[in-house]
Amino acid sequence: MLVMEKNSLSEEISKLVDLYGKDRSSLLPILQGIEKNHKYISDFAQQEVARLLDIHPVEVYSVVTFYSFLTHKPMGRNVVRLCQTITCDMFGKEAVAKAIERELGIKFGETTKDKKVTLEYANCLGMCDQGPAMLVNDQVYSHLTPEKAIEILEKLK
Amino acid sequence: MKENKETRAPESQKGHTIEKPKSSEGIGSMVSIEINGNKFSVPLGTTILEACKQNQIHIPTLCHHDDLCIAGVCRVCLVEVEGMRTLQASCAYSITHSLKIHTTSPQVRRARRHVIDLLLSEHYGECYSCVRNNNCELQSLAKEYGVDKFTFGHVSEPLFEEDNSSYSVIRDMNKCVLCKRCVRTCIDLQEVGVLESINRGHETRIGTFLDKPLADVICINCGQCINRCPTGALKANDPSDEIWQAIDDPTKHVVIQTAPSPRAAIGEEFELGPGHSLTGQMNTALRRIGFNKVFDTNFTADLTIMEEGTELIIRLYKALVEGEKQIALPQFTSCSPGWVKYIEHFYPEYLDHVSSAKSPQQMFGALIKTWYAQKEGIDPANIVSVALMPCAAKKYECNRPEMVDSGYKDVDYGLTTRELAQMIKESGIYLPEMEKTHFDDPFGDASGAGLIFGATGGVMEAALRTIIELVTGVKVENVFENMNIVPVRGFEGIRYAELPIEKVGPVPEILKPLVPNWDWLKGATLKVAIAHGTANAKKIMEDIKAGGKFSECHFIEFMACPGGCLGGGGQPIPTSQEIRAKRAEAIYNEDASLPIRKSHENKHVLDLYNDFLTDGPCGHISHKLLHTHYTPRGKYIA
Amino acid sequence: MENKVKREGAVIFSDYTRGDAVKKAVSIGREDVLFELKESKLRGRGGAGFPTSIKWMLTAAAKSDKKYVICNADEGEPGTFKDRVLLLEYPELVFEGMVVGGYAIGAKEGIVYLRGEYEYMLKSLQDYLEEMRKDNLLGKDILGKKGFDFDIIIRLGSGAYVCGEETALIESLEGHRGEARNRPPFPVNTGLNGKPTTVNNVETFASVAHIVTKGGAWYSQHGTDKSTGSKLFSVSGDCKKPGVYELPWGTTINELLKIVEAENTKAVQVGGASGLCVPKAQFDRQLGYEDLGTGGSIMVFNESRDMLHVLKNFMEFFVEESCGQCTPCRIGNVKLLEGVEMIEKGEYTFNYINKLKELGETMRISSKCGLGQSSPNPFISILENFKEEIFNNGKGGK
Ligand SMILES: Cc1cc2nc3c(=O)[nH]c(=O)nc-3n(C[C@H](O)[C@H](O)[C@H](O)COP(=O)(O)O)c2cc1C
Ligand code: SF4
Ligand code: SF4
Ligand code: SF4
Ligand code: SF4
Ligand code: FES
Ligand code: FES
Repeated sequence: MLVMEKNSLSEEISKLVDLYGKDRSSLLPILQGIEKNHKYISDFAQQEVARLLDIHPVEVYSVVTFYSFLTHKPMGRNVVRLCQTITCDMFGKEAVAKAIERELGIKFGETTKDKKVTLEYANCLGMCDQGPAMLVNDQVYSHLTPEKAIEILEKLK
Repeated sequence: MKENKETRAPESQKGHTIEKPKSSEGIGSMVSIEINGNKFSVPLGTTILEACKQNQIHIPTLCHHDDLCIAGVCRVCLVEVEGMRTLQASCAYSITHSLKIHTTSPQVRRARRHVIDLLLSEHYGECYSCVRNNNCELQSLAKEYGVDKFTFGHVSEPLFEEDNSSYSVIRDMNKCVLCKRCVRTCIDLQEVGVLESINRGHETRIGTFLDKPLADVICINCGQCINRCPTGALKANDPSDEIWQAIDDPTKHVVIQTAPSPRAAIGEEFELGPGHSLTGQMNTALRRIGFNKVFDTNFTADLTIMEEGTELIIRLYKALVEGEKQIALPQFTSCSPGWVKYIEHFYPEYLDHVSSAKSPQQMFGALIKTWYAQKEGIDPANIVSVALMPCAAKKYECNRPEMVDSGYKDVDYGLTTRELAQMIKESGIYLPEMEKTHFDDPFGDASGAGLIFGATGGVMEAALRTIIELVTGVKVENVFENMNIVPVRGFEGIRYAELPIEKVGPVPEILKPLVPNWDWLKGATLKVAIAHGTANAKKIMEDIKAGGKFSECHFIEFMACPGGCLGGGGQPIPTSQEIRAKRAEAIYNEDASLPIRKSHENKHVLDLYNDFLTDGPCGHISHKLLHTHYTPRGKYIA
Repeated sequence: MENKVKREGAVIFSDYTRGDAVKKAVSIGREDVLFELKESKLRGRGGAGFPTSIKWMLTAAAKSDKKYVICNADEGEPGTFKDRVLLLEYPELVFEGMVVGGYAIGAKEGIVYLRGEYEYMLKSLQDYLEEMRKDNLLGKDILGKKGFDFDIIIRLGSGAYVCGEETALIESLEGHRGEARNRPPFPVNTGLNGKPTTVNNVETFASVAHIVTKGGAWYSQHGTDKSTGSKLFSVSGDCKKPGVYELPWGTTINELLKIVEAENTKAVQVGGASGLCVPKAQFDRQLGYEDLGTGGSIMVFNESRDMLHVLKNFMEFFVEESCGQCTPCRIGNVKLLEGVEMIEKGEYTFNYINKLKELGETMRISSKCGLGQSSPNPFISILENFKEEIFNNGKGGK
């Protein structure tokens, strides 16, 4: 990472720490903030957070790897999370999944070459009465069909 | 039990620990409980496990360790508590009211067996090729519960690659049972913070920051995690194959130096129970194995006192008399390589406080391949120098690139107590029955001061025995009964002592080139402190940073391991406060029995200064061979 | 997004005006709030069904300089979505329930732990809290009551089902992995930051708002003796009208199926993945703590569904979502999943499957938290209740 990037990231993390506080209990909100802005929490960012909260870097890493929505590998600009749990599964998740894979040319767990989309599965999104459902970043879409899903993806930047 | 409280800093795991009732409610109140139909009375707040132990009822455990905060994760210690739907983890359940407990009901037995079966189903390892064969808690559990088949299958292929990047600690996660004892050791007990659980669910395992190899993270190589791992998942990097090879090679002259702590603990590897010193027996066994010479590291411990003590006097003189402002005080000890790596990572800005004197191991290494080689007419290239140490970090230390002042690798191998015990067994020797013999010349038997280096506070006591005499001219035994400087002994995590210097004596010959007189110390108070376990070291360092009372100290002893070297990462497993106290007792008793108990009275050391290090302590020659420098490393990984 | 909710119901969906509960609470005093709660016999709506009044009284009795009220909005149980509806459409009930809670137990801070998947509602909830502050339903000296200060913040989860377990939730709030704690001590004494804490479900708080307003006696008229009041059910699966329904406790599965217009129903999973699978023959069973206590997830499966596939989906869920700290759950769930896969492939013995059922029984009593204690439920109940389909006629019969 370039020194300039590092400095601006440090500054950003400091701001998050100022906002949420230096307590360990601020760890999640801070990490969520970094994830939101950068689509992942880099090695450097993890160490900065550890330094500012006065905890061990491995503790940050431990927390990042525990939560599904925190990642230490770069994600695409948009993260698509398709629900894989039973009622969505019963109402056509598989067809939607295949269509998305075909359209984007990647498998679940992968990111498109242009870094536009990362594709992942998620567990129940709380939209079971309207499945299949997926999250695109923090927006939820329900009653998906293959066609509708692709339409949604096409609008992504 | 003091040490527990002092060394336990369960910050990261605090949520998982149990709560004992506040002292006011707890004091004096007893609860009556029933275990398996028998009535007992226990203090309020006792855990079910403790209550059973106190009453000779055995409960199997795996994640529990007396040195560590409670986890309650393995679920081996389950018991039935009447009126509760689920079984309770006895290690994590503190008794606050009357309970009826069953420790061997059918469902308890079945549940424990299931837990063991599950652990075994994911355990890849063959006992006969495992370092922990016969001393493994998982193996014992399997035996205790009569496991005769793998009910839920068994992994046939290793799932993880062994991490053998470190000179000191090897991690084989195929044998890990996720008890998190290493995590609690590294984060809570030691506050180093190398290991934690990573991932979630079935993917959970123990990892380092970014899952990097151990050699690439801030591990201080203390090996405390090894000592507390119930299985063979963590082990020391064992050089015994190479050592055997050297012994078998007739062109090699293989010498071994032995540190004070292994001799006080090695008996535990031969079913002796802790607290037996086997110095003489071990000397004989080492010769039988085929070491050409057996030396006593206490010799260089005495030498360390001369060098480090002199360095302290120089620092004090420069600071107090010559008014040099940049002189770093307090001076920190440097003999614990775990501590050295700790300060390099965590407080690199304080490295100039660390005595430049090498550890006894490395001083010895440098002398063996120079003075000894010359004296004996041996080509140093043919000397293989082994160091028997209680320590995992010593393995790393001898591999530091700067440790080549003799022109060769000063110490070739660091061998632990456990590994030597293995070599002795392999040679068909039953150690306790060996006759007693002495150490070899030209280093001979050393002083009791060198010996007590093995216990926390020992370096300080050894230093004080010498400093008091050299400065005041008064015999230590006239100041402290039996020469035992009790204020610096004990197991409290941090200790502090003040020694007023009321009168001063003449400057001894050996120090005359350095100071004209002692008048400048007259009426001063020497302030010293001791910390063992890096968690305690951290407390002192933070205090110094904040300008607290420890920043006013003159000399501070730091040992990375709880209990000092006798609790080192290479010592016999298991370890506990009780075992460490017994080892300390053995060391102090042996010290009391020795004819020479002060470093400056060690004749061989004085000979060395006359013969070889002719410009005296901290002179040119000693600086070249016996002193070193440190590397500021910092906490962060690029 | 739409919220399919049938806005009919005697309790939760009964009339309510913003501020009612808080007004009433400060006028009757905290003793009476706790009294009404006790009268109502309300039990927690998060699934475990612990009497709310006892929880609150314990927290109220605990001595401490600080206490917390936590609203568990982690709603991760597959098939549950009623908290989403409550938060989106009835935030006044939930938040005022929390304010009343703070008043009753003496807490000044309330925290909503909102699952990360619901981040889309964060903004509107925060706006709502702002309005409440303007109306002095939050803040200092609430509704003029001297010394009654209370405020609510919202914290997001980050995609971990186990964080719905109350002690894991607290760990998560403290910045740790969501690993359940040893109990005792319980959160009512040693909760967030070691302080007395009450953790309640979204719907529990919503119920409290009505109870305080209309009285405990009014509430306990509804439902049955042991299961007072009514319950929100999240209905999904094979039916014409999935969605959220408020029904009195005591409703039978048959009655519920009729309401949601389900046909050819073969099985109903009550209580989500960690619940029980009820076969057709038992559809006369009642929903309620007497028989089928539940957090409200109802998943309907018709004749066309493959129950082994359903089970596999559940077990995959638990293998991923276990926090991984304790042995029975971390490894046990994998073994159960492997068992399902063996049946799928026809490579099993009854002997081994029975061993796995025994293992399931052990997991129920030996796991550290509710996740591992309930994850064997579908394994045991589906294999038991659908023996015929799975072993004799289905794939397992190969
Ligand atoms: C694995 C697991 C997940 C849970 N998830 C939730 C949840 O999402 N929402 C909830 O209210 N309770 C959940 N619970 C129950 C909580 O632990 C707790 O009992 C509940 O929040 C208490 O609130 P109540 O008494 O109002 O029901 C869960 C429990 C377990 C074991
Ligand atoms: S760790 Fe224990 S059980 Fe495993 S192979 Fe080694 S001795 Fe055997
Ligand atoms: S050797 Fe010491 S520092 Fe390294 S991982 Fe083990 S306990 Fe931690
Ligand atoms: S490495 Fe050893 S101490 Fe650490 S969790 Fe695994 S088995 Fe336990
Ligand atoms: S039962 Fe499962 S989720 Fe709960 S503590 Fe154990 S491993 Fe974690
Ligand atoms: S099952 Fe997909 S949203 Fe619940
Ligand atoms: S020893 Fe008690 S749970 Fe592990």
